[in-house]
Amino acid sequence: MAEVLQFFFSGLTVGAVYALVALGFTLIYNASDVINFAQGEFVMLGGMSTVFLASAGIPIPLAALLAVVLTIAVGLALHRFAIEPARGASAVVLIMITIGASIFLRGAAQIVFDKRFHSLPPLFGIEPLRLGGAAVLPQSVVVLAGAALIVVLLWVFIDRTLIGKAVLATAANRLAARLVGIDTRRIVGLSFAVSAAIGAVAGILITPITLTSYDVGTLLALKGFAAAMLGGIGSALGAVIGGLLLGMLEAFSAGYVSSKYKEAVAFVVILAVLLAMPQGLLGRGKVERV
Amino acid sequence: MTRVGYVMGAATYGLAILLYGGPQASAQVKIGSVLSVTGPASFLGDPEKRTLEMLVDEINAKGGVNGQKLQLVVYDDGGDANNARTFATRLIEDDKIAAMVGGTTTGSTLAMIPAFEEAQIPLISLAGAIQIVEPVRKWVFKTPHTDKMACEKIFVDLKRRGLTTIALISGTDAFGKSMRDQCVAVAPKAGITIAHEETYGPRDSDMTPQLTNIRNKAGVQAMVNPGFGQGPAIVTRNYRQLAFTVPLYQSHGVASKQFIELAGAAAEGVRLPAAALLVADKLADNDPQKSVVVNYTRAYQQKTGQPVSTFGGHAYDGLQILAQAMQRAKSADKAKVRDEIEKTKGYVGTGGIVNMSPTDHMGLDLSAFRMLEIKNGDWTLVPDPAS
Repeated sequence: MAEVLQFFFSGLTVGAVYALVALGFTLIYNASDVINFAQGEFVMLGGMSTVFLASAGIPIPLAALLAVVLTIAVGLALHRFAIEPARGASAVVLIMITIGASIFLRGAAQIVFDKRFHSLPPLFGIEPLRLGGAAVLPQSVVVLAGAALIVVLLWVFIDRTLIGKAVLATAANRLAARLVGIDTRRIVGLSFAVSAAIGAVAGILITPITLTSYDVGTLLALKGFAAAMLGGIGSALGAVIGGLLLGMLEAFSAGYVSSKYKEAVAFVVILAVLLAMPQGLLGRGKVERV
Repeated sequence: MTRVGYVMGAATYGLAILLYGGPQASAQVKIGSVLSVTGPASFLGDPEKRTLEMLVDEINAKGGVNGQKLQLVVYDDGGDANNARTFATRLIEDDKIAAMVGGTTTGSTLAMIPAFEEAQIPLISLAGAIQIVEPVRKWVFKTPHTDKMACEKIFVDLKRRGLTTIALISGTDAFGKSMRDQCVAVAPKAGITIAHEETYGPRDSDMTPQLTNIRNKAGVQAMVNPGFGQGPAIVTRNYRQLAFTVPLYQSHGVASKQFIELAGAAAEGVRLPAAALLVADKLADNDPQKSVVVNYTRAYQQKTGQPVSTFGGHAYDGLQILAQAMQRAKSADKAKVRDEIEKTKGYVGTGGIVNMSPTDHMGLDLSAFRMLEIKNGDWTLVPDPAS
């Protein structure tokens, strides 16, 4: 019984990491239909900048704040100099641009930072909490709480503020949004900024668990994207559920099937789910009106 | 015009060789090298290149070898074995080198070996895999210790502590896989039973499910983690998180200060085999390797301002073995130098004491590795009565 609990908490930890990354995909997709594959690099930038600012003598809370600001600046620059000039292009072209941006950011990080792994001290120490025979790191709880908080804030932002409504309107029909006076360029730019902030916060929270390096973003983006698809892309709650599910699948297949095939097992399940429910678990179907 | 042009061209070419190529070739001995100075293996190739350049300057300052100055020709393969093969041909045909120190990676070395075997030029590789010298090839040598020796070193230490049943948890990257295979192969001979095996992906961030399975396995007396990069640090943290009571062994793949930094307090009590170079300041004064590793460390850090790594040490040993063989051969003649390299006996290097033979083109034994234990965030030497 204790082992089931341990697998569960392992899944929760890894799943919370995926969920945070998946959340970053949600907003940009909602505003612009673009899947931003540089999202993983936002996560990397958050973690790596905090590490390097902290090692330069800046207190960690301030370093974390500066890292978020820096990542937002990179997000805005990505929108202004790469996405915006190509605004007439199809979503596929824009996605390719984000892949290019991701490779560029990774290369730049190699030079600006370094190629080594780094860690940050966890918020509440390394002494694990013992829960029914299983051991959980306090930082896992922090990551989960962070994911929950971001979901709530996103929901308030999208559903309860005028700007949020403008994001929704931009997503629904860009031409119509412009006709009612919404500056859609600003809105898409804003979604890049907020996504970058979410990514940076995620990177800072998970670094004490996963460690970070210049190329940590690639796999996180892949897993986060899978989680977002599983949950239904565009739904914040779906991103979290998808992330947690993916983490659980990996943990339980590593525990009960084989650690060699844990990723294969997880992705086979995702494929099966997407075959049955192509919109993902919580995705809204797109209704084309003719 | 054609005939006259041809003759004129040939004459000019001949003149050029006489004027430039000729005199230069007789005054200097060309040593070739292909290293992965950039790319994914740059953390190996970069210190190797710096070390070779440093050592060539040092040797030349002392008058060179047999009165001839050494000239180093280094190409960067960027970690790509195809590039290495191209540069090997260039070194042999254009640069006309007398001997070769390099190949940073196993892939690059294996790609270059056929060219050097055919041209009959001695090659001293800086790559890890045992396949480079097993089976023995006439012209090929290597300086780094192998994964197999790391496994054997760990097993010897386990036996001394009376632990014979172990669990393996290995990374699925190239290093983890290769060392895992070597450990499995030598375990029966060493009297070690591997009761359980788990793996993890090189980018995994939580290994508690695998470790839970190991903990639940009855009879496991110790855990060994062949791995590289950040994985072993996470394994170590999870091992502490799950409050394991059996000892944990890491590999030489993480024998760097960085591992202690990443694993933090969880690393206390972890043991691992490592080259003497890493603990230069902790070696006993009567240790045969003490002066070599201390001097190399000091020279390298002074020259580059960077901490020393075992990889640069491999390059140091490679060039020293070659230079001493040339000294003994009293010439840079390829066949004579090759014979002398094979006769290397009692060379005390950064990687260990090298005794080569016609059947052993590496020449290291288990004493090349020191067993270390992490105490208070630093290495300590585990007393080694066996060797």
